[in-house]
Amino acid sequence: MATEGVKATIDRFLANRLKVQLGEDDPIFESGRVNSLFAMQLVLFIEKEFGLSIDSDDLEMKNFESIASIVRLVAQKQGRA
Amino acid sequence: MMPFGLSDAQRRYRQECREFVDREIVPRADEYDAEERFPADLIAKMGARGYLNAVPDDEADGGCRDAISFGLLCEELGRGCASARTLVTVHNMSLVALHRWGGEVVRRDWIHRLGAGELIAAFALSEPDAGSDASSLATTAVRDGTMYALNGCKKWISFGQIADVFLLFARLDGHVSAFLVERTTPGLEIRPIQRLSGCRASMAAELRLIDCRVPLAHLVGPPGTGWQYVAATALDNGRYSVAWGCVGLAQACLEAALAYAAARRQFGQPLGSHQLIQRLIADMVTDVEAARLLCYQAGCLRQRRDPASLLATNVAKYYCSLAGSRVAAAAVHVHGANGFTSAFPVQRHWRDAKIMEIIEGSNEIQQVMIAKAALEPADASR
Repeated sequence: MATEGVKATIDRFLANRLKVQLGEDDPIFESGRVNSLFAMQLVLFIEKEFGLSIDSDDLEMKNFESIASIVRLVAQKQGRA
Repeated sequence: MMPFGLSDAQRRYRQECREFVDREIVPRADEYDAEERFPADLIAKMGARGYLNAVPDDEADGGCRDAISFGLLCEELGRGCASARTLVTVHNMSLVALHRWGGEVVRRDWIHRLGAGELIAAFALSEPDAGSDASSLATTAVRDGTMYALNGCKKWISFGQIADVFLLFARLDGHVSAFLVERTTPGLEIRPIQRLSGCRASMAAELRLIDCRVPLAHLVGPPGTGWQYVAATALDNGRYSVAWGCVGLAQACLEAALAYAAARRQFGQPLGSHQLIQRLIADMVTDVEAARLLCYQAGCLRQRRDPASLLATNVAKYYCSLAGSRVAAAAVHVHGANGFTSAFPVQRHWRDAKIMEIIEGSNEIQQVMIAKAALEPADASR
């Protein structure tokens, strides 16, 4: 999936899940709409949607802090970065 | 009723588990419950049958690495004995989290032996002053050269008396982090907790950590990811396992009540012919079927690795634990005074049912999570 498609997919998940339209660099975990299930829901979503496996080395806040950072993580895991 | 359908392999697996429980667990559960000790030979038999390796495998069909089959195993174990199901729960919730988030050393040195049942793992999160309120976690970890030094106390650790390793949570630089701690680590003291009201054979323990040092490689997940990722993974698996276990517990109570209602005569008729007993039976049947359906729903979502599986698992655990308590209480009631004696297993199931409302996140925690999700507008990820 091209970068724009990845971004749109993540955008849609977050808009549906958090009920707020986030900008590309807005901090997701500081949106005030994240509950205790969200972190793992986001991991499962990324894995299922993009056919990836998120492992321990990926669990850095810089990989999940914004839409842009998730797009970068997906590209890196898909070998496109 | 089976709207979700099972594959042939899953049906065979359920039958195998059922026969194992009837042969190895049901005949001796009351005895080892009274002794407050889980039989070592039973652990070995469970390990040999693969019950101690529930690491998810997308290719699995039957066997406990397929989510539905793992649920069926937990139901059958729960039908026999909640302590046996608890062993499978705490071991596998720790193993799954270690497999998913452990680093190279943890995966290389521990996962295989845990999965083979050579070693037992336990989950060490709760503390004397931190149960549902995980933000109060007080155990600390401080890096000291090539080791982390752990200090604090853990409580209510199921199978802590015999576990070989613990998935243990402590604050590292103020943030909750996860560690693998070997039983033999100097500075770890294990004290049995006895005379519990339920799950008496679950060999609960309190752990005291005094300058207990573990290698840097035993940090599970990066620093600060212990709660949101490692504990969340383990607890999600634990809730799924407990929910199915409650279905089994309720099924055992229903079957016992039906048998007793058919055999026992009062006022010249079998108990089951009295309408007020029929009302109890009707509610028991409905609770068992509804609980099982919620577990199937959660299981199907888990097999698809759907993000909605997390909330569905919370809903299942919440409902099934309450249903288990209701059905067990009704079964004791149908048995009358006999149900209050050790001659009938329903009293054990009734004692065991209560703790299901408390473990792996109390039902109040489940209610808050479920309500918050419901208060959000429709979630398109479902």
